[in-house]
Amino acid sequence: MPSMERRSFINYLLGTSVGATFLSIAYPILEFLIPPAISEAQQNNVIAGKATDLKPNTALIFKFGTRPGILVRTAEGELRAFSASCTHLNCTVQYRDDLRHLWCACHGGQFDLNGINVAGPPPRPVEQYAVNLSGGDIVVSKR
Amino acid sequence: MSPNDEHVRSTPPSWFDWLDDRLGLRAARHLAEKKTVPVHRHSIWYYFGGMTLFLFTIQVSTGILLLLYYRPSADTAFESVEFIMTQVRFGWLVRSIHNWSANLMIAALFIHMFSVFFLRAYRSPREITWLSGAFLLFLSLAFGFSGYLLPWNTLSFFATKVGTEVAGVVPVAGQFMVRFLRGGDEVTGATLTRFYGFHVAILPAITTALLTLHLLMVQQHGMSVPESVKEPVKTMKFLPNFLLRDIIGWLTALAALAALAAIFPWDLGVKADPFAPAPAGIRPEWFFMFMFQTLKLLPAKIGFVEGEVLGVLGFSLGGLVLLLVPLIDSRGSKRIAKILAAAGGLVMIYILAMTVAGYLE
Amino acid sequence: MFVVAALFLIGLQGPPSAPVNTCVSCHLEAGDDLAAPIAKVADDVHGKRGFSCVHCHGGDAGEADMDKAMDPRKGFVGKPAPKQIPVICGKCHSNADTMKRFNPGIRVDQEAEYRTSMHGKRLAQGDVKAATCVSCHGNHGIRAVSDPNAPVFPTHVAETCGRCHSDAAYMKPYGIPTDQAAKYKASVHADALFKMQDLSAPTCNDCHGNHGATPPGTASVANVCGTCHARQSELFGAGPHKSAFDTMGVGECLACHGNHEVFRPTDAFIGTGNKAICIKCHNQGEPGYETAATIRQDLLTLSERIAGADSVLERAARAGMEVSRARFELTEANHDLTNARVLIHSFSAPGVEKATGPALAIADKARQAGENALKEWTFRRKGLAVSLLVIALAIVSVYLKIRQIEAGS
Repeated sequence: MPSMERRSFINYLLGTSVGATFLSIAYPILEFLIPPAISEAQQNNVIAGKATDLKPNTALIFKFGTRPGILVRTAEGELRAFSASCTHLNCTVQYRDDLRHLWCACHGGQFDLNGINVAGPPPRPVEQYAVNLSGGDIVVSKR
Repeated sequence: MSPNDEHVRSTPPSWFDWLDDRLGLRAARHLAEKKTVPVHRHSIWYYFGGMTLFLFTIQVSTGILLLLYYRPSADTAFESVEFIMTQVRFGWLVRSIHNWSANLMIAALFIHMFSVFFLRAYRSPREITWLSGAFLLFLSLAFGFSGYLLPWNTLSFFATKVGTEVAGVVPVAGQFMVRFLRGGDEVTGATLTRFYGFHVAILPAITTALLTLHLLMVQQHGMSVPESVKEPVKTMKFLPNFLLRDIIGWLTALAALAALAAIFPWDLGVKADPFAPAPAGIRPEWFFMFMFQTLKLLPAKIGFVEGEVLGVLGFSLGGLVLLLVPLIDSRGSKRIAKILAAAGGLVMIYILAMTVAGYLE
Repeated sequence: MFVVAALFLIGLQGPPSAPVNTCVSCHLEAGDDLAAPIAKVADDVHGKRGFSCVHCHGGDAGEADMDKAMDPRKGFVGKPAPKQIPVICGKCHSNADTMKRFNPGIRVDQEAEYRTSMHGKRLAQGDVKAATCVSCHGNHGIRAVSDPNAPVFPTHVAETCGRCHSDAAYMKPYGIPTDQAAKYKASVHADALFKMQDLSAPTCNDCHGNHGATPPGTASVANVCGTCHARQSELFGAGPHKSAFDTMGVGECLACHGNHEVFRPTDAFIGTGNKAICIKCHNQGEPGYETAATIRQDLLTLSERIAGADSVLERAARAGMEVSRARFELTEANHDLTNARVLIHSFSAPGVEKATGPALAIADKARQAGENALKEWTFRRKGLAVSLLVIALAIVSVYLKIRQIEAGS
């Protein structure tokens, strides 16, 4: 009977399409529920590294949001962190163990270990961040 | 026997009996099957209540999802929304749908309200349905107002500042109301936490209660048939005929939401800086635009009263009149009904004109 | 009325027991020009520290009789001649013991430096038009250098020097240009100072000295610029141009960058294009010409790749995609580009390529990340299309179902 066939076709269509609609709703929701790789909005603090990784009188560059930061362990063993973007033209500064200053390779600007611009063209100090130890992790946060 | 009788004809499975013994499903089913919807040339307006309800459930479900990642404090709110938009899989979709659906819901709600108003469906015995509906409208506006602040961006921060400031012009209680809304003298992190509390707990709780009442009343009295429709009125079964039509509307809304969210994802803006000067072009959400625009256009002084005070009092009075509509039009007087309809038409035109004017500026 | 006001002012000068300053009382009475200095002294850095008329002008402020008060035997000088001014200021400012009481950190060699300056030398030769202390610092309303209203505050220096040096009539006897201040105001240094309010940006005195103001000679220009632009100076010193410029007697930095009108350098300075400076000396076929062309091409390629990557990332970010990691990495390429622009001063193509080479790889990687993000964006659109199709199908089937249900009734 054609009407029966037609009815079962419509039922089949209805079931499939409504089912598919539910799937297309459920898929994003399930994906949403899965914790993302970075588990937190890390804007105000970031784990810059392990405390054991950093020898005195050395430094490392870390990612702080979209900008680079620099973590210095002074010759005395103290940890300090700064924005690594030179205030002159945004080059990334590095730590010079001979000068014991932050030094920008682009134009030779220098910042002391309080972030103050002490030589070369930089017009302003670099921002200093707060450093805390949590377990073995060095946590850098905006002041 | 017609083919659409199959629901009645088919023997319910045994698990149905099991559940029925405990829940009384058969009674509910019986009720649902008996429910009918009048069919006439104004029937289209019946769909907007259901549409509002559907969009409300979307709001509830996407809102619950957003709760998993949102953090209500001045330091973290913006970052957490940014996190949702960029890090969480489909976070952009969920947030954008929440935004779009909120706007569509309020639009549907306005249409629902005006159609009920013009068809005079609020008349006896549906006064409580109208009253609960009007309160639900106010609650939805409160939802919109409190939710707008939550991403803590510049635009919403200043819009909230301006919006809460307005409460300050109310005589006597004004200053207290501003403090109550802001949780302090200024819009700060305290305001954000407070608005969050309103948005996800207090308002939903009140809404649930009122919505239940509203829906019960709709069940109790059935759909109202406008006077202009001649007897005998044709009817349609609610289950499945009307519900299926509802579903078509809902699916269309769902598709529209998905498309809107994907093609026009809601902008995040710039994190609010309470110490920055107010940016140009602060505007509230569109459903507050007509009030915002009115307050802007009012002269500083009208007679010996401040223009703003008069405006705020005017809108409060408007809200009160809206609540009292069934009482004003309770005796079935043709004259009063005509005046009301004309006033409603004017209000609608006023709202539309002011909204358009606000955006043209 | 005026007398009442004057009495009131005198009353303000100090506690009632303090002796009346007869300079003030008389000059106020005389009014006009003679009274004008008195109001100004109230704001003067010296006036605020208790110094008064007699400390510069000599005489006796306790003497009521005018002739006695202004007796040259009491050291009265009246209006000092230009030649006297450095001596008068130097009385205190060259004396470490005196200055220590007010500001232990202040230098006391201004007068000595002044004697070595072009201004000081001219004054010694009897040129009364030459600038003295008061020409720059003012006389009765002298403000500290740190006071933003002082004529010697960094943002006012160019104007202050320009009062004489931009005055063509005044400068006529000296036969030197008068457009330095105007040129300076168009320079990158003035931009930094005035637009970016960077008070460490150089103004006149940072290159010429202040008290010892003299034009730096050709040989010392590089030293002057090198105090801030240390790396460029170092690279230049080690490069091929140093000896060539010295032989030709060309000022090292200013040969390309100019002196007062130092423009923000662009990549077009180098290379063989029509704005390039290299081709002023280097002709086609020379190795220098080739080097210039290569360096220019290196810079051009890198900046284009960075801009390309940046625009892809920008598009991806606008579409709501997460590209912060790639953008972070791209800052490294920008760093290298800035560095490469410094390395130009070595005038060696391999030297510049040490910076541009790795940066190209970084820029390409960032661009790739941006393109991947855009691909993901397209995928989302496809996902949307599929789900819309599914929903449309559901709508159609519900519609068919309604028709089927209602066909019989």
